Amino acid sequence: MSNTMSKPGIASDRLGSEQYQDVFADLHAPLSPHEALVEAGRCYFCYDAPCQTACPTDIDIPLFIREISTQNPLGAAKTIFNQNILGGMCARVCPTETLCEEVCVREEAEGKPVKIGFLQRYATDAAMQANKQFFKRAAATGKSIAIIGAGPASIACAHRLAMFGHEVKIFEAKEKPGGLNEYGIAAYKTVDDFAQKELDYILQIGGISFEYGVKLGSDISLDELGEKYDAVFIGVGLGAVNTLGIKNSDAKGVVDAVDFIEQVRQSKDLSKVKIGRDIIVIGGGMTAIDAAIQAKLLGSENVTICYRRGPEQMGASKFEQDLATSKGVMIRHWLAPKKIRSKKGAVKGLKLEYTRLNNGKLEKTGEKTSLGADQIFVAIGQKLDAGSLQKLQISNGRIKTDEAGKTSLAKVWAGGDCIEGGEDLTVTAVANGRDAAEDIHATLS
Amino acid sequence: MADLSNNFVGIKSPNPFWLASAPPTDKAYNVERAFRAGWGGVMWKTLGEDGPPVVNVNGPRYGAIFGGDRRLIGMNNIELITDRELQVNLREIKQVKKNWPDRAVVVSLMVPCEEEAWKTILPVVEETGADGIELNFGCPHGMSERGMGAAVGQVPEYIEMVTRWCKANTNMPVIVKLTPNITDIRYPARAAHKGGADAVSLINTINSITNVNLDNFAPEPTIDGKGTHGGYCGPAVKPIALNMVAEIARDAQTKGLPISGIGGITDWRDAAEFMALGSGNVQVCTAAMVYGFKIVEEMISGLSNWMDEKGYTSIDDFVGKAVPNVSDWQYLNLNHITKAKINQDLCIECGRCFIACEDTSHQAIMATKDNVEGAERHFEVMEDECVGCNLCVNVCPVENCIEMVALDAGTMDERTGKQVSGDYANWTTHPNNPGAK
Ligand SMILES: Cc1cc2nc3c(=O)[nH]c(=O)nc-3n(C[C@H](O)[C@H](O)[C@H](O)COP(=O)(O)OP(=O)(O)OC[C@H]3O[C@@H](n4cnc5c(N)ncnc54)[C@H](O)[C@@H]3O)c2cc1C
Ligand SMILES: Cc1cc2nc3c(=O)[nH]c(=O)nc-3n(C[C@H](O)[C@H](O)[C@H](O)COP(=O)(O)O)c2cc1C
Ligand code: SF4
Repeated sequence: MSNTMSKPGIASDRLGSEQYQDVFADLHAPLSPHEALVEAGRCYFCYDAPCQTACPTDIDIPLFIREISTQNPLGAAKTIFNQNILGGMCARVCPTETLCEEVCVREEAEGKPVKIGFLQRYATDAAMQANKQFFKRAAATGKSIAIIGAGPASIACAHRLAMFGHEVKIFEAKEKPGGLNEYGIAAYKTVDDFAQKELDYILQIGGISFEYGVKLGSDISLDELGEKYDAVFIGVGLGAVNTLGIKNSDAKGVVDAVDFIEQVRQSKDLSKVKIGRDIIVIGGGMTAIDAAIQAKLLGSENVTICYRRGPEQMGASKFEQDLATSKGVMIRHWLAPKKIRSKKGAVKGLKLEYTRLNNGKLEKTGEKTSLGADQIFVAIGQKLDAGSLQKLQISNGRIKTDEAGKTSLAKVWAGGDCIEGGEDLTVTAVANGRDAAEDIHATLS
Repeated sequence: MADLSNNFVGIKSPNPFWLASAPPTDKAYNVERAFRAGWGGVMWKTLGEDGPPVVNVNGPRYGAIFGGDRRLIGMNNIELITDRELQVNLREIKQVKKNWPDRAVVVSLMVPCEEEAWKTILPVVEETGADGIELNFGCPHGMSERGMGAAVGQVPEYIEMVTRWCKANTNMPVIVKLTPNITDIRYPARAAHKGGADAVSLINTINSITNVNLDNFAPEPTIDGKGTHGGYCGPAVKPIALNMVAEIARDAQTKGLPISGIGGITDWRDAAEFMALGSGNVQVCTAAMVYGFKIVEEMISGLSNWMDEKGYTSIDDFVGKAVPNVSDWQYLNLNHITKAKINQDLCIECGRCFIACEDTSHQAIMATKDNVEGAERHFEVMEDECVGCNLCVNVCPVENCIEMVALDAGTMDERTGKQVSGDYANWTTHPNNPGAK
């Protein structure tokens, strides 16, 4: 017998094991060939297309859509991969509603942008299914580059370097590659082990090897790498989390939202993942939304996001917010956490205080409220774990680089979430990694 | 409500929308459905001589080309004339005409180019009570290989001869259907006129290959690995048909010869255009084959609303109204100067006008890039470069967003630096014309 949604406390198998696969199915079914043709036919093939400008990796969107409409999906895939080798993942996870699709002229014309993300998935799926490889390694250059971390920034960098004929070694602290593609992206955005399948597809280019369980700082140092390699790229993402700093933050049931999502992503059997009946998620970004939705999907009865500002200020897009509410998540605004209530060291609830804006400044109103909870997910942002990066210039808490990704240290480049100005998006990480590779190559040749 | 009733060479019908001779009019079943749907008349699918009927291919008959969203914009076919027994057709024609006395039933005919053959068929058709005959001198495939259809329609002398035979052997009005597969449509029209035709109808289909299959390298439609040229029709042929209709309407030798307009007519607007160029009524085939008979409802309501709006009470009020405005190029007013104007409120900033003009025309549109020195993406016509060609209007995806605005007399054309003259002046008197008078 499975548990039920209403069972108090923290429990596994609230749904019954057959349910999980359906509940965690693909958020959007892939387009059928007919749907893809109809949708591709809507693109106007704009000049200096706004969608392309809005894409951090500068994919030639009108061209790839035209290729789809002429039934040349492999040509379309190549157009995409030319700019963004993780175009398959980006097609699934990009908040297109705030990127390319937001500025599509058909959004302007009739409030319905071309579904660029879906079309991108259509083309990239076609290439991956056919295992069509578009890129060959150039003749070996004899240069070798070390890359720290195996997230999207690093993979994009490695692939581009490999194309140029360099030898790439990736050092990853965890036991698997992919970074947040593997551990962080919501399960329903990347089903069927897509992150690993995509890596298998990308890595066929050759010339890229991995060492897992190796951590910069404890197992290797920048100095060491600088001596052994011709260049170093750092793509470590944001390893640390902001702390709540309120009373009882260490109570049992207070969980870092990213850890919770990782647990969901890595679970082989979702019915075994324990989840509270009443959940509060603190935060207003994509992580808060993803944690809340996945908690709900696991069978929590009440999931409430508490955010200290209004809907417009939320880091999560309108689409993400609507997605959460459509799954039954409650979003409450203008509430700041004040104190965690606990009993015998376990979470019982959260005291909150109302907030408001006063001349643009957030202030507490003095009015208070309280919510019961078995678990509290903290999603108030991640930050750079700068411990191993002391020699690099850090600015606003992240690594400072120039446009091309070069850090303050000779031979060292960085990109992705760990650099200043990062937008905390997969696609930006890919753009950073690719551009750094170009710069490294230019520097080495 | 405007009166749509139609009198074409004495044949009366409640509206000017007739179905062209083709599969929609091949048998009583279809024609009855068409009349029930509201069609004013039909040209019965072409009948041949008595005897064993022609046979059609047993593979695909149609090829097509598509616009966005797989809208069929052009179709071709390799079908022949009716493949049903003559007697069956005649029986059905008689019955249908009896059932629908207010509708036009005209019978399309194609028999060998011998007077005897025509003498034989005409009385049996007349006996059905049909309102008239249409001579199919247009079928461009199959039948033409046997010396009929377009093989006759391409030789003006034959057209005249056969028309004369028909006029001599029947009391029914004779409408001669012309093939567009010729160099100058006026010659066959004049021949029909000389032969005594009551009217011409046009166009029949155009020789064409719509597609080539890139796997087996055969034209489509493909029959066992081979294809043949078929007859092209549908929206794509409308411009060709309109021009041919206009040529006949304004030709001094055929002036006043009634025309039944055919070719790509899909909605009331197309029909009105054909009529404005001199067609006394119109015939439709492809649109009915693509969308079914119901489209006639839209045609009737559209035409009548437009007529009401314009204050036309009968069709005769506007038939031929555009003919005087069809001119030779040499008489166009070279002092009429227009400039494109983009309505910035409607503009969605796709930039297509810019790239079309920049790459292929006169570099007369300025593109402002987003975020460059605080600017916003923006497209503007430069009047000092614009030659008024209209390309931008045609590539713009938003209707009425770009307009061609005529410069008033007395204002300055910034491109030439000259004042706009209010006088009409054409090429025949232009200083650059070596032959100018
Ligand atoms: C919950 C969540 C959901 C998200 N959802 C989306 C989304 O839907 N769409 C979107 O565009 N973006 C999303 N993001 C953001 C996106 O995942 C990141 O922007 C992107 O993964 C950044 O890539 P990266 O390569 O910089 O770093 P990461 O993906 O974080 O990868 C860094 C890698 O470096 C390794 N590493 C760290 N420190 C060391 C060290 N010292 N030594 C060796 N290896 C180390 C890590 O183990 C990791 O594998 C989400 C983020 C989170 C947290
Ligand atoms: C399948 C098919 C068969 C046709 N058969 C005949 C025919 O037997 N006799 C004839 O005069 N025209 C025939 N036509 C030509 C049509 O009557 C008409 O002239 C032509 O299709 C152009 O009109 P549309 O663009 O409205 O289709 C045929 C057309 C099609 C598509
Ligand atoms: S903005 Fe929209 S319509 Fe224009 S090219 Fe991009 S996808 Fe196509």
